Formats: sequence, structure tokens, C-alpha cells
Amino acid sequence: MILKGTVWKFGDDISTDLIAPGRYFHLRSNLPEMAKHVMEDADPTFASKVQEGDFLVAGKNFGLGSSREHAPTIIKLAGVSVVLAKSFARIFYRNSINVGLPVLICDTDKIQTGDELQIDLEKGTVTNHIKNLKLTFAPLPKVMINILNDGGLVAHIQKHKDFKLS
Amino acid sequence: MGKTLSEIIISEHCQSDVEAGEIVLTPVDVCLLQDGTGPLAIRQFEKLGLQKLANPSRTVFFLDHASPSPRRELSNDHKFIREFVAKTGAQLSDIGGGISHQVINEYYVNPGDILIGADSHTCTGGALCAFSTGMGSSDVAVAMGLGKTWLRVPESFKIVVSGEFPFGAYAKDFMLYLIGMIGADGATYKALEFCGETIENMTISQRLTLANMAVEAGAKVGLIVSDKVTFKYLKEMGRANKYREIKPDSDATYEKTIETDVSKLEPQISFPHTVDNMRSLSQAKGIKIQQVFLGTCTNARLEDLKIFYEIIKGKKKDPHTRVIVTPASRKVYLDAMKLGYIQAFMEFGAEILPSGCGPCVGVHGGVGADGDNILSTMNRNFRGRMGNPESNIYLASPAVCAATAIKGEITDPREYLTVKKTGSEKGTKKSSNKKKKK
Repeated sequence: MILKGTVWKFGDDISTDLIAPGRYFHLRSNLPEMAKHVMEDADPTFASKVQEGDFLVAGKNFGLGSSREHAPTIIKLAGVSVVLAKSFARIFYRNSINVGLPVLICDTDKIQTGDELQIDLEKGTVTNHIKNLKLTFAPLPKVMINILNDGGLVAHIQKHKDFKLS
Repeated sequence: MGKTLSEIIISEHCQSDVEAGEIVLTPVDVCLLQDGTGPLAIRQFEKLGLQKLANPSRTVFFLDHASPSPRRELSNDHKFIREFVAKTGAQLSDIGGGISHQVINEYYVNPGDILIGADSHTCTGGALCAFSTGMGSSDVAVAMGLGKTWLRVPESFKIVVSGEFPFGAYAKDFMLYLIGMIGADGATYKALEFCGETIENMTISQRLTLANMAVEAGAKVGLIVSDKVTFKYLKEMGRANKYREIKPDSDATYEKTIETDVSKLEPQISFPHTVDNMRSLSQAKGIKIQQVFLGTCTNARLEDLKIFYEIIKGKKKDPHTRVIVTPASRKVYLDAMKLGYIQAFMEFGAEILPSGCGPCVGVHGGVGADGDNILSTMNRNFRGRMGNPESNIYLASPAVCAATAIKGEITDPREYLTVKKTGSEKGTKKSSNKKKKK
């Protein structure tokens, strides 16, 4: 699958508190409402600017902190189709796959806000023709590809009645 | 080939020899959920069409993040959890019962268990030599129903700690120092395995502080062997029969070995807004603090309250500094009352909140004002963590927090401690006595 979208770039160490602030804790059972505050403490205008299909791009250790699955869920609900970062915190990474949000590890230094990217999920490439940029990303473990292809963990278990590791 | 603690525990569960890097399907012994992640897990569980819990007696819901509920939405979340618990036979620790990571170790987790929890600080259980790790609501929902999960067996870092803690430095200072050294992503996906004479001499309370903060270096789990200290703790908690000794093989393979000597460790301070923004106390002295918070799964156990108590007893807090205390659990709260700590805290001018997470997760109780500096015994200081992105959170030990609460600015606890009275000094004295007896 080839995805095209516009980049919103963030820095290093974007915590789950910046993605899904604790002061909206009471909205955890109302995720569409919580999604209106996505990334609010990193960029208060992000939720109003982001468009369906856009890419969220960050530096290292994206999603550090809490286990709140609400964080990748509201990124997805806001319309973001892929998150690219130099590295991800472990729980956020696993949660993203579980909610069906592709998370890709690649060198994001040369990517900036406003860039138009093409991402080929099968080939593992990120390209930008204007900047003559071609990046590759590491493949996911097979179990994660299976979960992602099934549309997330709940759909995966519904389909296979168990985890499908290979 | 020799195995690390992670490889031993996961191999036992999988009934085959597994090694770091493998992806395995493993049985899960204990599931932990809280009021922030539980409702979503229940919805996912119901979407899966699951009816029964694989292990209701060891599936535990904690109402600790909003304890008691400050809002209608959260009261309804609590109601939703209570109804699910009543329907399925899961266990409930209701409001005031305490912080999940404290209570799960007091009553549910045993050496050799695999615990997964919908909370990042689930790794605290590594202190009892249980393979304990945080996951999201969907993963825990599946584990609740199927009794299993998938894991990538982690590579391990061996953290060898030697030396006696000097006067005024504690397990918390060591952990802040370690995270400052390896970085907030220095151990991402890895297991930390703590060992060495300093760890052997630590109480379970101190070991829980270490394991709790493993995730702040990105780690999946922070493990410590089970030994006579573990046995003593389990016995006190009425689970002596659950004790078993687990040690890594002498020829286990570690990705990295980090050796540290704590005998010259200074009190440490983590500056806003990342845990690895670590400095020694001398670089922080004099910073004005508007609020001190003694609480959380990191440092609100009886030993922590005792350290605070010994510094503040008979004194008054700085009039410009608010002081908030949340004991880690109902048991800790009751014990602290019996010992007179709670009365002393109130006479000092502190506010005592119910056992729970409230201030640490920005839900209620202790949200800072714009520009406030907060000194806390918490494990993380991300921007906005305590409910206001315009306040600053500094992290330190209970001792630094106590001294700071007296002066209203970051203060060296050694100004108030006398050598004989500190917890760590007592700990080391005991251990050296034991060595002499041998």
C-alpha cells in the first residue's frame, strides 16, 4: 500500500502527556472528544490543523511514558495515517500497532513540516521527490504485521481466535 | 547456554528454552488494570465477544488514578468497572485502597510470575522477581480473556551496584543517577537486571523504587533476584509459601554490564521536563519550590514516609510552600498513623490526600499554577504531567523533599539529618553486622 500525505514535524521525547494530557483524563471514555486535544501540549493548534491522511513525524523516543492506549488512538482519530520517528518508546509502539496505526522507524532529520511524502508500507520506503529524499524503514516483526494487516489487535483475535505469530 | 532472569521466567512459562530476541506466546499469571485504562480494556474485552476471565482471582482492577472521583465522567467509569468486576469475579481494589503497583506487590505478585498491567509502572513487580511489564488496554484485555500474550524475550543489561549508600543518598538517588547516565531511552525494549552487594542489602521497599523506574530508561522490566529479603517480605504479607529462589545462571549472556559504586553518591535532582535531565543536588540548591509532593508508586511506602518524618518532625513547613502527602496504600497509611507520622505531617503543615495516584497523573489534588516549581518523589516529570504544562516538576528522594519543604527552596537533606537516624544508615549497619557474624 502506498500512502501520500503532508508532514507535521515534532522534536525528540514527545511524551504521552504531551499527546494525551492527563487533565483530559475524564474524556478517556469519550475518545472523539479527547481527540480534539491531541498533541495539545506539544502544539496547541495541531488538532485544528491536521487533515485526514497526514503524517506525524518526530525525533527519538516518541510516545515515552504512560501505557495509555488512548494516545495512539486519538492520533489515529485525528486523521493521522502514519507516525514516523527515529525511535519509539516500547509501550506506545505496541499500542499503535494494536489500534491499527502504522508506526515506522527511520531517520527523520531531513523531514520538515509541510513536506509531502510517499510511504510504501510493503517496500519500506519513504520518498519526497522535491527534496530528492529516499529513506528506508525497518520492517516490523511478523506478529505485528499480522495485527496491523488485520486492522488492530481486537480484529486480529476475532479473526484467528488467538495470536498469529508467524 | 546460561539464562538471564527474563529468560528463566519466560522459559518456564513457555515450557521450552527461550532466548533473547525470540518472539513467544506465553501464559500470563496476573493482570493489572486501573481506572484510566480499565474501561477501555473492558470495552475491548466485550468487543472480542469474551465472557469469562481466564483467571478471575488474579485479574485485579484498581480505582487509584481518580481516588475518589472528582468528576461525573470518572464516577461513571468507576461504576462501569465495578459492574464488570461483579459480573466476572475479577478482583477490585476500590478508592482509597492504594496505588496499583504498591497493592499488587503487597497481595498478588510472587517470584517467577508473569504480570502484565495496563499501566507503564507495572514493571515495579520486578522487585519481587516477577517478570512484570506495562502494556495497553487491548493487550491486557486479550490476556484477561485468553490468559496469554505475546512477548519478545528482551536482551538484558546487568546493573551491578556496589558500595554502601552514603549519608543522605538512597535508592531513588541511584535510580535518577542511572537514568541520567544511560538516558530516557537508554534501555528501550531491554530488561534491567539489578545485582551486587548494594542490591542484596536493600529492603523490598527500596527494590520497588528501582524496579518502578526501569521504564523511565525505556526498559520493559527491571528485575531483582528473589532472596532472603524477598522471603521475609512475602512472609510478612502472609505469602511465605509463595517464595521460591530465582537467580540468573552464572554464564547468562548480557548485552551490556554497567558497574556502579554508590559509596560517593550525592543526592540527585532530575530537572524539568525529562527524567534523564539529571543534576547533582549542588547544582539545584536554592531553587524556590512552591509545592512539595511526597507520594506515588516510586516513593510513598512506610520507609519513605519515615525518612520524611525524621527530617520534619517538630518543625514547620515554609509558609510559601504547599506540602502534599499520599501514602502508597491503605496499609501504608494505617501503619503511618500508628507510628505518628501522619499526625507529625499535619502538624508540620502538610495536606494528606487519600492513597492513590491523583497528583502524579494530573487528575486531581495538587495541580500546580503557571510558573510553579514542584519538587516531587515521583518517577517522571514530563511537561504537563501534574495537570499544568506551565508548571515545572523536579524529582528527588523523600529526604530532599523533606528538607526542601522546611526551607521553601531545594535543600540538602544532610543539613537536617543526623547520621544515626537515616534509613539507609540503619540498613547498611544491619548488613555489616550480619557480615561480621559470618
